[in-house]
Amino acid sequence: MAALVSVRDVVKHFPVSRSLGEVVRRARPVVRALDGVSFEVGAGDAVAIVGESGCGKTTLGRLMLKLVEPTTGSISFDGAALGGLKGPALREFRRQAQLVFQNPFDALNPRFTIYRAVAEPLVNAGIAEAEHADRIAAAFRRVHLPDLDRYLDKYPHQLSGGQLQRVVLARALVLAPRFLVADEPVSMLDVSVRAGILALMREVRDAMGLTAIYISHDLALVRYLCDRTLVMYLGTIVEDGPTEEIVRRPRHPYSRALVAAVPVPDPDQSRQPLPIKGNVPDAREPPSGCRFRDRCPHAFARCADEPPPLRAIADGHRVACHLEIA
Amino acid sequence: MILEVDGLQIHYGTAGGTVRAVDGASFAVPEGRIVGLVGESGCGKTTAVRAIMGVLAENGRRAGGRVVFKGKPIDETNTRPLLWRDIAYVPQSAMSSLDPVYTVGAQIVEVLTKRGRHGKTAARARAAELFDLVGLSENRLRDYPHQFSGGMRQRAAIAMALALEPSLLLADEPVTALDVIVQRQILDTLRALQQRLKLSMVLVTHDISVVAYLCDEVVVMYAGQVIESGPVREVLGRPRHPYTMGLRNAFPDLMSDALELVPIAGSPPDLADPPPGCRFTPRCPFALAACSTRPAAIGSDRAGAGNAHVSACLRDGEADHLRTFALDPVTWQRSSAYATS
Repeated sequence: MAALVSVRDVVKHFPVSRSLGEVVRRARPVVRALDGVSFEVGAGDAVAIVGESGCGKTTLGRLMLKLVEPTTGSISFDGAALGGLKGPALREFRRQAQLVFQNPFDALNPRFTIYRAVAEPLVNAGIAEAEHADRIAAAFRRVHLPDLDRYLDKYPHQLSGGQLQRVVLARALVLAPRFLVADEPVSMLDVSVRAGILALMREVRDAMGLTAIYISHDLALVRYLCDRTLVMYLGTIVEDGPTEEIVRRPRHPYSRALVAAVPVPDPDQSRQPLPIKGNVPDAREPPSGCRFRDRCPHAFARCADEPPPLRAIADGHRVACHLEIA
Repeated sequence: MILEVDGLQIHYGTAGGTVRAVDGASFAVPEGRIVGLVGESGCGKTTAVRAIMGVLAENGRRAGGRVVFKGKPIDETNTRPLLWRDIAYVPQSAMSSLDPVYTVGAQIVEVLTKRGRHGKTAARARAAELFDLVGLSENRLRDYPHQFSGGMRQRAAIAMALALEPSLLLADEPVTALDVIVQRQILDTLRALQQRLKLSMVLVTHDISVVAYLCDEVVVMYAGQVIESGPVREVLGRPRHPYTMGLRNAFPDLMSDALELVPIAGSPPDLADPPPGCRFTPRCPFALAACSTRPAAIGSDRAGAGNAHVSACLRDGEADHLRTFALDPVTWQRSSAYATS
């Protein structure tokens, strides 16, 4: 299937505050949030982006929605480069691409009624007011809040977490988008409620034929949402492949550590020792070559000299590791 | 048992009436074991731990029950001298327990000199020893909390809790805010310390996979009450209470073949006005008419040095049978015949 979203050699550096010495030396230190990321997302696909805090996954999501601009590289949506979008084309992109917020308790303005919160995107998109009621009703049906009169005049604090997350999803769907980026969509919800929201997101995606990106730190969760997963480490993609392959047979040493670290609710599960040491290095001064090398149990000389390219090892499976190529 | 909690009742006075945050919770912590106190938000697990330490919020009060530490009943009038020396606390967010304007070392030294009887020099040596114990380099003692990563701050908070050699460690979601790899490193550190220092530990968490990894026993709370408890292998492996069964189905498992998570319909009851009978009745696919009127008592059997597997369910005798039904997602789609909303 043709790619709906295409990310090419994207680099994103954020400036950081400078020390006196750096000011004197005219140094401009940056955090390398993303350092050369390329991938494509086919229309109708659901892709997970997983990694630890600071790996660049949230920045990547924001770039795909044109909420921030890349330092270098380009992103295109439906064949058009996001960098060049202006006027009506930009407004149309804003309608088609929506963000589902992380924390439903923060995502809605506490002083707006639910109606106002859900109508806001319609107002911003310039949709005629006569259409609002129908569109809101349709979005609420999609998220299984059919008796919408019970909710529309309420304020966010009067709803439970599960109801709020449904409202947040309805708000993202009200403009009938094609592309959804969900950043940790269920991390704040209780377990018994979370499962229902995950099922709902899958159902909505299938029913509307959406293309979706799920950003999460939780590999165990994305397994229930996405067939494909990108694993990120310090601003680079280290592995990109079928989620089940990555979970069952992770190829990159970092993916292996991530899989081994995820606790499982089964007390009889054998406990493997963590095949990794130390902490994620400072993103201002990442290691040369492979960024994982200083924590990698298999690192050798070449890893310090050249960054491993992300290369296909099988159909739809790419790994950035010198061991895979050698 | 190093700690026994018996029929604990904690009430919060609110504008909406009295909230029974903990309503008759009983559990015991065997010496040298790690007990997981698990449940969803609002189940009373954090309140229970705060009550053990005698540090409830201003509008909270103990309305009944007993807390017995090393054979001696304790309440807010006599827990203060025990804190740090006998009972220590590790918070969820170490950032909020560490003072941003003092170095981490200075804060540990303060605990050692003010709460303990260490002199300044001895305290500094002990602080270095504690940092080493939790896997931090002693030259980081001079750093301020903001110079630490989340995992390092959590290690520092553990070091501080261990300063005066307590015998019981209460940890409230100690790894929840951390990335999985850091989380695993901290859990491994906690386990190593517990064995080396012969600590007893209560680990409050919403995460049953953390319980499965670290704990020896587990106490499952729902709506202010303990609904099931016992050895982790039994409670998580062969749950007897329908809520625990539902929790297992709803919890993501990286290694499971089932690619479907099954939610528990509905949400927990309002604790200002809890339903009579078993509080899980409105969400329970196995509820009988009697469940909505008569609460099931939970036993407190002992099994050797630890606690036996017990559950507060009227249908406990059929637990093995119900468990096979609980594995079928269809069971949980059917709303309870006794749903109130």
